Amino acid sequence: MLSAAIGSLALAILAIAGNKSLAIKNTLNFYKPTGPLSGVTTVAIFVWLLTWLILDRRWGKRSVTMRRINTVSIGLLVLSILLTFPPVVDRL
Amino acid sequence: MEVTLRSFWTLVHGMGFGALYLLACSGALMELYRYTASSTPIGDTSSEEKFLKIYLITMAVLAWTAVLTGAYVIYPWYRAALPAGAKDLALFPQRLLMSSPSTAGWHALGMEWKEHIAWFAPISITMAAFVFFKYGRDLKNHRQLRAGVLAFVAASFVSAGVAGFFGAMLDKYAPVQGGPTIVLSKGESK
Repeated sequence: MLSAAIGSLALAILAIAGNKSLAIKNTLNFYKPTGPLSGVTTVAIFVWLLTWLILDRRWGKRSVTMRRINTVSIGLLVLSILLTFPPVVDRL
Repeated sequence: MEVTLRSFWTLVHGMGFGALYLLACSGALMELYRYTASSTPIGDTSSEEKFLKIYLITMAVLAWTAVLTGAYVIYPWYRAALPAGAKDLALFPQRLLMSSPSTAGWHALGMEWKEHIAWFAPISITMAAFVFFKYGRDLKNHRQLRAGVLAFVAASFVSAGVAGFFGAMLDKYAPVQGGPTIVLSKGESK
């Protein structure tokens, strides 16, 4: 759950970065017909899966406090949704 | 009755994968809650659990197929660069929307939000499906985890809803069209 939230936040941050910087926008242009969206989503999915793997290795057999993880995960997901909303992005 | 190849793919993406995913969301929320929160004993749990697992996997497949066809099949047609001297914008939906102040917002707000928020749906539902595969009915004993999973499924519903709404509106004002024509049926003259 936390890795899904981190992956979502990575997507939102990369989208903003691509929007604000031409160099990042060009770097994220993995597939020309789709443009920077291809890089934004590919990198975000990679971040999500890598975080998932790392967290599974670290916490897989441990008992963790779900309340705090829930709060952080849902908070990050809501933040991600807000950071993809164009009027919010334009104010940054 | 005919449809162009691009319109056909837009239909498959929106009405096939997207709309089906949205329809499935409410069922997933209800069924996940009922199966993992109900205190009363329910019937044959193994067959119900198997059904819900298949249901969630199907949703994940639908969500991923929707965003992948959207980003890699339809979006390139939507954002196609306008050749020098082109006057007919019908084959260039993004340019068509941006050519008028009354429709520019559908791109600036609608597509700009849709193209990113849509991806939260497959990420969230894949996580929910994985957690359900791992815990099954035992989620009943993990209240916090269950609440988190339900919140993510709800967020995936909202994300897919936003993407679906703007997808429908964008297609209304600047439909993705062109390519070979597919004849669905030959009309009879009256």
